[in-house]
Amino acid sequence: MTAAVLAAPGVPRTRVLRWGPAGYIAGRVLQAAGVLWAAYTVTFVILWLLPSDPLALVLSANNVELDSLTPAQLAEAQARYGLDQPVLTQYWTMLTNALHGDLGTSTTKGVPVTQLIAERLPGTLQLSGLAILLALGGGVLVAWLAAYVRWSPLRLLLTRLPSAGVAFPSFWIGLLLIQVFAFGLGWLPSTGSAGPQALILPAVTMAIPTGAAFAQVLTRSLTDTLAEPYITTATATGLSRAAVIGRHALRNAALPTLTILGLLVGGTVTGAIVTETVFARQGVGTLAQESVLNQDVPVVQAVVVLAAAAFVLVNLLVDLLYPLLDPRIARSR
Amino acid sequence: MTAVAQLTDLEVTYRRHAPAVRGVSLSIAPGEVLAVVGESGSGKTTTASALLGLLPAAGRITGGRIEVDGLDVTHAGERVRRGLRGRVIGLVPQDPMVGLDPTRRVAGQLAEAVRLRGVPRRTAQVEVLQLLHEAGVDDPELRARQYPHELSGGLRQRVLIALALAGRPRLVVADEPTSALDVTVQRRILDHLVDQVRTSGTALLIITHDLAMAADRADRIVVMQDGRVVEHGPTATVVGQPQEAYTRRLIAAAPGLRGFEPRPDEPAPDVLRLTGATVDFPGSGRVLDGVDLTVQRGRTLAVVGESGSGKTTALRVALGLQRLTAGRIELDGQDLTDAGWKQWRPLRRRVQLVHQNPFAALDPRFTVAESVAEPLVSFRVGDRRTRATRAAELIDRVGLPADTLSRLPAELSGGQRQRVAIARALALSPEILLLDEPVSALDVSVQAQILDLLADLQRELGVSYLFVSHDLAVVAQVAHRVAVLHRGRLVESGATTQVFTDPRHERTRELLDAVPGRSAVAR
Repeated sequence: MTAAVLAAPGVPRTRVLRWGPAGYIAGRVLQAAGVLWAAYTVTFVILWLLPSDPLALVLSANNVELDSLTPAQLAEAQARYGLDQPVLTQYWTMLTNALHGDLGTSTTKGVPVTQLIAERLPGTLQLSGLAILLALGGGVLVAWLAAYVRWSPLRLLLTRLPSAGVAFPSFWIGLLLIQVFAFGLGWLPSTGSAGPQALILPAVTMAIPTGAAFAQVLTRSLTDTLAEPYITTATATGLSRAAVIGRHALRNAALPTLTILGLLVGGTVTGAIVTETVFARQGVGTLAQESVLNQDVPVVQAVVVLAAAAFVLVNLLVDLLYPLLDPRIARSR
Repeated sequence: MTAVAQLTDLEVTYRRHAPAVRGVSLSIAPGEVLAVVGESGSGKTTTASALLGLLPAAGRITGGRIEVDGLDVTHAGERVRRGLRGRVIGLVPQDPMVGLDPTRRVAGQLAEAVRLRGVPRRTAQVEVLQLLHEAGVDDPELRARQYPHELSGGLRQRVLIALALAGRPRLVVADEPTSALDVTVQRRILDHLVDQVRTSGTALLIITHDLAMAADRADRIVVMQDGRVVEHGPTATVVGQPQEAYTRRLIAAAPGLRGFEPRPDEPAPDVLRLTGATVDFPGSGRVLDGVDLTVQRGRTLAVVGESGSGKTTALRVALGLQRLTAGRIELDGQDLTDAGWKQWRPLRRRVQLVHQNPFAALDPRFTVAESVAEPLVSFRVGDRRTRATRAAELIDRVGLPADTLSRLPAELSGGQRQRVAIARALALSPEILLLDEPVSALDVSVQAQILDLLADLQRELGVSYLFVSHDLAVVAQVAHRVAVLHRGRLVESGATTQVFTDPRHERTRELLDAVPGRSAVAR
């Protein structure tokens, strides 16, 4: 039937599979690499070129006053940090080094940045990973219950709960959890990175705002999906409510939430800064906080690029996940 | 024999509203085909939902009884209702395009329903293929592996029929089962469904706005209006000797039942002419192949064909939205074949479009007055005051009350919205209106009113129509000439009388046979 005269026919609805699935993936990976490069370049410009004399920055980080140096010492210092080169050359050297896995040396600690990050990353990955799992599980559970429960006071509570989770700042939630579970009940350690038990409170702290935001979007999407005609069809075949929601509604409702989920998961790297500070954990978050305070530019730059990489990676995964969840994208000719 | 389903004085109320169904009584015997006929808002769909226990959350049964299979289920709990769904009552929903879960394969959805009967996983697959085969699906093995979006509307409807029959129900409720499909497809699917239920002894309840369609297939007809049953009885009696004025009105509105008097084809000067129009799409090949179409001044040319016949492409060419691969397009003798956007822009005043779907064609945030005056604004015609006057004049012209002007589309019915869309298209006093299935989204009785309006407007304003439709019955009343397209080719064209009384091409005959009500009249 003539659905829309104004929509040009013949033009593929999605360009996804013009060069086949391999082309789709290659395109997305290329895009991701481009974003990473852009993130690196922008950070370089902001950190090295804009604020002040980079040499002064580097030296003051080592407690050396710029004025106390002789011209010869100055030139020597400039050469050591490569600052006597033209800016473009500096950028090029740093970029090629970075591509070879050398992110420079921390100006305050005197250790290669890659080594610093390698030390701190596992802790943050454990924390973020657990937090994401908790957020996903909790979000789906709350959304499913909000759709399934028919006793209206409980239903109302379940639909409003996520807004509260989004509204409370995570440092406050963290402090509250420490107060209750560490100091009050004494079940879990309040701070530190020792043992899996120390992981629970910070992971929950990080999971609450992420999971709540996800539950909010999913609940709304699920409400819309449950009004779709195919839900009526499924119900009319005699399926139970639990099956209708679980097998038909949830998957369809999840589709529009994928993009927002990518953003939320990517944001856990930033979220780690607050959480690790509150719980005094060793991780990339605290590393970022320390290096910003100490004006340790190479470390800051590495952390920024790492955060960007997390976003890019997660969104790449989301893009690759879409065709798996929505056959309309995967199979369009 | 006891009834499969029996409604006694059923009353259904939506929260804070007057009852939508008031005292409806009807019963369906095993193996019987019953049609409930009524316009939108007559309560027919609410009645069916109540029977299935699928009323929306705001709906309550406030009186009467529902018995299914001899069991009182008026206020039965979800568990009892679920036991009935699928296994005692199956549902064929309204719109096949959105009736299936888009993320799951056909086989998965069917197997789920089959397995609710306790069929083990292994034999369920065999039953799925059997069900698809019975529903008239070609190549069931292939279709079972596909996703809904890979199937045409007709195939999806057949899958939905298979799904409704998967639980081997004793009654199938078909809620406007085919109104979203092409007429020829509609006819094939309905005939098949009726055959299928008749051979299996299943009762069928058809809910429809189309009396002619019901007359072709039902044993008995129940006519509903404003939540009440106004007339019921055997089909021959209801159609042959209607007792109620309302029933007579429905019969008059059904094009197939009332017979038609085509408008005479008197020669007039050509306004729009396509000569040898050919359009190729990269990938999909030739969608329009050497088509000649001529719209004459003050006359209506109907372009009829099924989905994929190229009628929409022809319309896009006439709108200047689609370039021709070969052939010519002329407007008032001016060759526009190679005209670009700039040359077309001033001509757009003279060629206006009315969309198929009046629910989507109006900006939901514009009042009717703003919508109607918008073409004037975009062509900088007049000032605020003259535009308002013009909008009021147009709204009056299309037979709407003046207070419509300040309303939003959401407050209007489908027929009223289509009137507004027509008023908007007329705002610039165009010479040609391109009508893209202008009534296919409307109830039959409303269709008749819009078609009458179009004929009146043509008489008064001398405007020409290019009327695109999949339904020959609809164009019978408005067209002077008819062109039938099939797979991009013009297979037949001529004066309406000639095409209807002496069709030359097999496709035309097929389209004519698909007009509902013709067999009832012949009977």
